[in-house]
Amino acid sequence: MTINSVNTMYTGTSTPMARWSWRGLMALAAVTLLVLYSSVFDSYEIGIVILAAVGFSFLGQNWSGFRQHFVVVTALSFFAIWLYGQDLGLAESNFFLKYLISSQSAFMWMSALFVMATFAYFAGLFMRSSFTEKVGSALTWSATTMGLVGLMVRWRESYLISPDVGHIPVSNLYEVFILFAVITALLYLYYERRYQTRSLGGFVLLIITAAVVFQLWYTFGKGAHEIQPLVPALQSYWMKIHVPANFVGYGTFAIAAMIGVAYLLKSWQQNINPQGLLANVLPDFSVMDDLMYKAIALGFAFFTLATILGALWAAEAWGGYWSWDPKETWALIVWLNYAAWLHMRMSKGWNGNPMAWWAVIGLFVTLFAFLGVNMFLSGLHSYGEL
Amino acid sequence: MSDDSNPNTRHHTLGQRLFQFLGSMDLAITLLLALAIASIIGTVLQQNQPYADYLIKFGPFWFDIFESAGLYDVYGASWFLAILTLLVVSTSVCLIRNTPSMIKDMRNLRTHVQSKSLRAMHHQKQWSVDADAGNSATILEATLSNLGFRAKQTVKSDEILVSAMRGGMNRLGYILTHLAIIIICIGGLIDSNPALKLAVWTEKVKVHDFATKTISPKSYLAAGTKAFRASMIIAEGRSSGTALIAMKGGALFQRLPFSIEVKDFRMEHYKTGQPKSYETDLVIRDDSSEPLETTISVNHPLFYKGYTIYQSSFEDGGSVLTLNIWPLNSSAGSPPVEFETNVFKNSDISWGEQNLGLEVLSFRLFNINPDPTDDDPNRQRNFGPSFDYKLRKDTGEALEYTNYMLPIKRNGREYYLSGVRSSVAEPFGYLYLPVDIDGGLTHFSHFLQRLHDENIVNDIAHTMMTETLAEINNQDKKLEQSLQETLTMLVTMFVEGGFASVGEFIETTLPEAEKETLGPAYLSMLREMLSRIYLGGTLYKYGTDDPEENAKIQQAELLFFQDAVDAVSSLSQYGSPLFLELSDYEHVEASGLQVTHSPGQPIVYLGCAFLIIGVFLLFYLPQRRFWAIVKANNSGTDVLLAGMSNRNPREIDLFFEQVAEQLETATGNSETR
Ligand code: HEM
Repeated sequence: MTINSVNTMYTGTSTPMARWSWRGLMALAAVTLLVLYSSVFDSYEIGIVILAAVGFSFLGQNWSGFRQHFVVVTALSFFAIWLYGQDLGLAESNFFLKYLISSQSAFMWMSALFVMATFAYFAGLFMRSSFTEKVGSALTWSATTMGLVGLMVRWRESYLISPDVGHIPVSNLYEVFILFAVITALLYLYYERRYQTRSLGGFVLLIITAAVVFQLWYTFGKGAHEIQPLVPALQSYWMKIHVPANFVGYGTFAIAAMIGVAYLLKSWQQNINPQGLLANVLPDFSVMDDLMYKAIALGFAFFTLATILGALWAAEAWGGYWSWDPKETWALIVWLNYAAWLHMRMSKGWNGNPMAWWAVIGLFVTLFAFLGVNMFLSGLHSYGEL
Repeated sequence: MSDDSNPNTRHHTLGQRLFQFLGSMDLAITLLLALAIASIIGTVLQQNQPYADYLIKFGPFWFDIFESAGLYDVYGASWFLAILTLLVVSTSVCLIRNTPSMIKDMRNLRTHVQSKSLRAMHHQKQWSVDADAGNSATILEATLSNLGFRAKQTVKSDEILVSAMRGGMNRLGYILTHLAIIIICIGGLIDSNPALKLAVWTEKVKVHDFATKTISPKSYLAAGTKAFRASMIIAEGRSSGTALIAMKGGALFQRLPFSIEVKDFRMEHYKTGQPKSYETDLVIRDDSSEPLETTISVNHPLFYKGYTIYQSSFEDGGSVLTLNIWPLNSSAGSPPVEFETNVFKNSDISWGEQNLGLEVLSFRLFNINPDPTDDDPNRQRNFGPSFDYKLRKDTGEALEYTNYMLPIKRNGREYYLSGVRSSVAEPFGYLYLPVDIDGGLTHFSHFLQRLHDENIVNDIAHTMMTETLAEINNQDKKLEQSLQETLTMLVTMFVEGGFASVGEFIETTLPEAEKETLGPAYLSMLREMLSRIYLGGTLYKYGTDDPEENAKIQQAELLFFQDAVDAVSSLSQYGSPLFLELSDYEHVEASGLQVTHSPGQPIVYLGCAFLIIGVFLLFYLPQRRFWAIVKANNSGTDVLLAGMSNRNPREIDLFFEQVAEQLETATGNSETR
């Protein structure tokens, strides 16, 4: 084996051919979009298209799973959009839409697949069957695909309701729960491939499943799945980048916490029974430790970005970049908490159980910022109410 | 301290120790967490509420303790500012202490390492090559350069050291991140305008208390360069050059260097009824330039000469309302009386002996509410304009009303709807006045007048008494009188208290034995009276020649009669001698604006940019160093390679392997060949 460049050495498994065709595809897609819609795009949208193309090229260049995922999501989304035409009513009558890829059906598939993936991962872990674990990965990929297709199709559906109702589906708790599940799963799959370990899958999928179960209850209990038009305060391009950036943060913090749980379980079992199952099947402490750090570092970076984007948006919508609104303040609390975590680790060199515990506690802090604020505190961010 | 003169001992001066402490990681982490906990308090306890609310919530004991801890305005409390200041100081000290070595580290290739220290490194490898030392070193340097390293050869006595580094900017990441914290805090401090707080504290500026009538000139702030965040409410067609800064206990008046006129405020709705946009047409005038006409809306503020003007709310700007006043408790005159008033206006209405104060609270053009007649409880419908008012009696008591302009449909019939309640905490109870065949209240009002007219009631009671007694052939004068009295009394009782008081009368005054028989008899007598009073008025007035059509109209009139009786029955709870029908309006709105001046904002944004760049540099540009020592041996050259990263060691595991392999291939390992 000869390696030509250090850039690919660490992460790379793709051939240069695959890499360049992928980059070419992304460039082609971006150019096509820009040419087709040159008359309606504003500079912001042009920027988004270019950045998205660069981002996707980057993500996919050495990650074949992502490439396949991207192609399948695109194909299914276009298929659904084509089936719909101009008639939203087809969601009830067309076979494919009704049972597979109308947004609501796609979300149901996503939920079911995530639950199945959780079981598969744990079954693989306890039976020490790498095949079953691979099934878990495949199910997770499928669930993520259905979730993302659902979001894409929902986006289109909102425009079919009425052009003035149309908006990107990141505007209420129902939609962001799906976003959370999808982003967390994708991030996990990235780490799974990079660290070549599937034994943590069940732990991470557990939190996704929890989110999905909450989501189902929420849907059926409150009719929350209906597409609502945007209130004036949300009609801003900042929303489209602020919310996804936030969820990269939430997703990675959730992953870090679940790895923390696995870490603590392994360490607990090693104390009482070093020959026990968990002590042997879970990755090395140092791998989990490293993963926790990687996840939190990534989350911290995106959370910083998201909070700053939020401040920019607030400056435009509320008249001040910082108002000590509860949601804002909790974002700061989350941020300070992980800043402290990173300092502890980087400069005081802490690791092991205390940091794992702290990562788990961090999830509760994050959870409160994500849900608790909307449930228990009132403020300017009141649109995400339960 | 005796060892001042000797800085090399482990004992330091107090100043040095303070410096050490301020820049210490322990302090930094403590401060980060302290700030987080303080922020939690600030969100869990609602901030800046009226003090009375806190007093009720916590009781006098805890109220005082919490107050002295500044918990009602955590983010403005001195201890909170102290933590923030300490954080800034600590970060600055940390930065001052570490920057020089970081900058050195960014550039320095470390050309002084010994082979001993390379051997001690976790990542290291050795091999031998055929080429001589000079060539090997050059190949190593070139290969490392190709891999993106900055590399350099240092020739020592019997060996050559190749030092290489990648990701030196990682150190810049540290500097930017921590500098950003300081910059952001400074920008934020500028925008929180501490000078104003000081001026209020030293009473140079006086917070205006809305309970006092006159405004002190000390409550006005001149237009200047200081930061502020203020609000204005301007009615359509009006203009203003002064904004209100809300302060503890009142407000301050901020003069602006321009005036803002509101031309028009608009609110648009989606088809489903939810609000879609709020926008205002503005004209900005100042001395120096042409008036600027523009439109702002939520998320689209106006930036004007360093000020920002936002759409933040809206309210009524004193809409003109034309009312028809219908009496509900008299037999007098031909109603209604027309009356004109404005939202927010208080007027006196004399009604008979009663003086009533009418306080118009608000006007709403749209009422988008769930439709109670729809099967789907989520379906919204527009119920049209409405207005809210209070009627205040001489005694000071007041009831609050909300009246809809357009009739509401229920079970296929139409009603004027008026809600009443005695306090804001209660839900409204509704009065349904039936709409008559002419589409108005005339017939209902006519019926009501007849009910209050003693002569009419007496006449009808007399006729009814005579007819009833004739039926049973009774000649008893006493019975005649008692029946006549009972009939009029039932009507009076009904008019004053509705079916409820008639029922109560039956319950409380009739002997137990006769309740069963007399009770229903009384009620049917009352019904008969009411219908006779009504019949003499308008019922079945609208007959036609077509018997089928006739039957329909009669059915409608019968229903109207029942509705009218129900309405009269509930009037006693309505608590008002008047019904105010909204007949016309001229909608005037006021736009709620927020005006801010934030000189610190660009500073904060600069800090944010530093923070983002810094954080990504810190995390994603690890600093990696490699060293190779080449030394001639008997047959060729020995290579000793070592590498390290400033991140965690694992991060470089694979990387080291792969770089080492490439270097080995490039130099040509003589042993593996
Ligand atoms: C609000 C305040 C602060 C924030 C948000 C902050 C943020 C950060 C972040 C994100 C890192 C990177 C951690 C990593 O490399 O994984 C870091 C590293 C560091 N911070 Fe802070 N910091 C703050 C205050 C301080 C203070 C007051 C000190 C002084 C003791 C300090 C000292 C350091 C040091 C020494 C590093 C390690 C740099 C390295 O070698 O990579 N920080 N800080």
